[in-house]
Amino acid sequence: MIPDMLPKTLRDRLAVPFKSGSASTVSMYLNRTTIWKVAAKSFRRYWQLYLIMLPALLYFIIFKYIPMANAVLAFKDYNMVLGIWGSPWVGFKYFTMFFNNPVFWTLIQNTLGLSFYALIVGFPIPILLAVFLNEIKDGFFKRAVQLVTYAPYFMSTVIMVSMILLMLAPRLGVVNVAMREMGMQAINFFGIPKFFSSIFVWSGVWQFSGYAAIVYLAALAGVDPQLYEAAKVDGASRIQRIINVDLPGIMPVAVILLILNVGSLLVVGFEKVYLMQNPLNLGTSEVIATYVYKIGLLNSNFSFATAVGLFNSVINMILLVLVNSFAKRVSDTSLW
Amino acid sequence: MISAKPRKYSTHIRESFGDRVFLTFVYIVLAAVLLVVLYPLVYIVSASFSSPLAVSSGKVWLFPVDFSLRGYEVMLGDPQIILGYANSLYYTFFGTLISVLLTITVAYPLSRPKLYGRGFLMFFITFTMIFSGGLIPTYMVVKQLGLLNTRWALIIPGAVAAFYVIIARTFFQLNIPEELAEAAEMDGCSDLNFLWKIVIPLSGPIIAILALMYAVGQWNAYFDALIYLKSASLQPLQLVLRSILILNLTVSGSVDAATLLERRELADLLKYTVVVVGSLPVLVLYPFVQRYFVRGMLLGSIKG
Repeated sequence: MIPDMLPKTLRDRLAVPFKSGSASTVSMYLNRTTIWKVAAKSFRRYWQLYLIMLPALLYFIIFKYIPMANAVLAFKDYNMVLGIWGSPWVGFKYFTMFFNNPVFWTLIQNTLGLSFYALIVGFPIPILLAVFLNEIKDGFFKRAVQLVTYAPYFMSTVIMVSMILLMLAPRLGVVNVAMREMGMQAINFFGIPKFFSSIFVWSGVWQFSGYAAIVYLAALAGVDPQLYEAAKVDGASRIQRIINVDLPGIMPVAVILLILNVGSLLVVGFEKVYLMQNPLNLGTSEVIATYVYKIGLLNSNFSFATAVGLFNSVINMILLVLVNSFAKRVSDTSLW
Repeated sequence: MISAKPRKYSTHIRESFGDRVFLTFVYIVLAAVLLVVLYPLVYIVSASFSSPLAVSSGKVWLFPVDFSLRGYEVMLGDPQIILGYANSLYYTFFGTLISVLLTITVAYPLSRPKLYGRGFLMFFITFTMIFSGGLIPTYMVVKQLGLLNTRWALIIPGAVAAFYVIIARTFFQLNIPEELAEAAEMDGCSDLNFLWKIVIPLSGPIIAILALMYAVGQWNAYFDALIYLKSASLQPLQLVLRSILILNLTVSGSVDAATLLERRELADLLKYTVVVVGSLPVLVLYPFVQRYFVRGMLLGSIKG
């Protein structure tokens, strides 16, 4: 196996089993050949698999990683003629422009406000729903509740917002009609800025709680039934069983979902907000994503918009990493 | 359906008073939830089946008033809506096909333990879930590729979701034992043959879940169409719905004066009808399809 043409000293070296950790140049060279050998062997054996992976990998390079590189646009004065890479470098000019802009604080407030509100309200409710559903016996009612609460998840954002608009319409909406019947004044819900976050959050709860509850129900299904039996034998009431068996059982899943939620605090989805915005409620409804869209695509202020977007992405990443480390320290579960 | 506790009461232990009270409370809460979720749906459907006058005067609140199919007659004949439907069907079909293909071709190889670089490639893909270039940089790539205002713009830029790659890979790892692959290899079966003849037939559940997740995503999406498309003829249904329902651009263009007048009167009713028509595929297919989504969530949360 060891080629004869090699000098004797090298042959003797190679004859001895490789020991990792030695510092000599020969063993460093041996390390590289071993890795390369393993890689080459894998390529030879699995070449077909590597081949079929190419299109998808190309997709990720082109549509995910090249845009990351393009984000360097945030540091340049974009010139259409010179292109991204030819445009002059301006450093943090656009970032400072953004931070000094009066709209900056409003954006941060609106975005974070919506996210926190949605988190505080929207996080416990699916858990409660799942825990309650778990308490009742199987049957028509249980299935009906699951089926019905799960359904709104599949409605498109456009349909969802349209339904909200229809129901809260000042003249014809059911809510205002009912209020008028009761002698109250009709309210133009979408015209008043302070209502925006509540409408946004609670409609989100309506739409997604059933879907989230399914995840928790799946986790609850994995809880060992013997734990329930033991609790019952120990005389635990239903509520005590919930606190001591159900909740710890879903804690891992809940933590993961919480991490994902907190990590995306600055990502209030564009789609729903954009559809719900109007000139009247813009004070509370303008979020970072919609701002980037308007400044960037509608006003063609590319560099500035990229800077804002980059700021958003970086903060998100930092948040995600922070929350994940925190979760790792405090509990057993974390994202990575 | 999901059920957590199999209960067999051979000796029935009587529940304490506190527990029964709690259980009643639970039932009440769940019934309330059921009604709260159900009501808007029922209301919208009822309004769509009511007469234009009843809707315009705000008389409908739970059941149809003056039952009428007028809204639907107008709606289903509208060319803009039909075009939107056709486009959405196109995007959903081809989009899902390409997405599922790409997802499986990248997830399966990454599930093979001896594949060199699988760790790196997995990180390569997962990292895109943590950090992204942003709206403008992505838009520029699409523009430079000449995809703006083409049908491909709605299919390619969003083709693969890293999250689904993770789910698919987990599925393959759990369900295709390495021994099977090695046995096939010893029998002289090539990797592609193995994938095509053995893995795919065994992958029914994951293919179904991927297809459904991607299909729903495609059908409901409007953002990509909003930023990448200009021609009205390429618009998917959601964009058409948006212009009618949210931008209040009443149902389409070139009609004569008489029809236009009628449309004004119908305007309110039409909105409800459009919502129903727009959700029709979902409402119809949902009962049959929800079982697979539940399974999909199970798979996803197990990985989590």
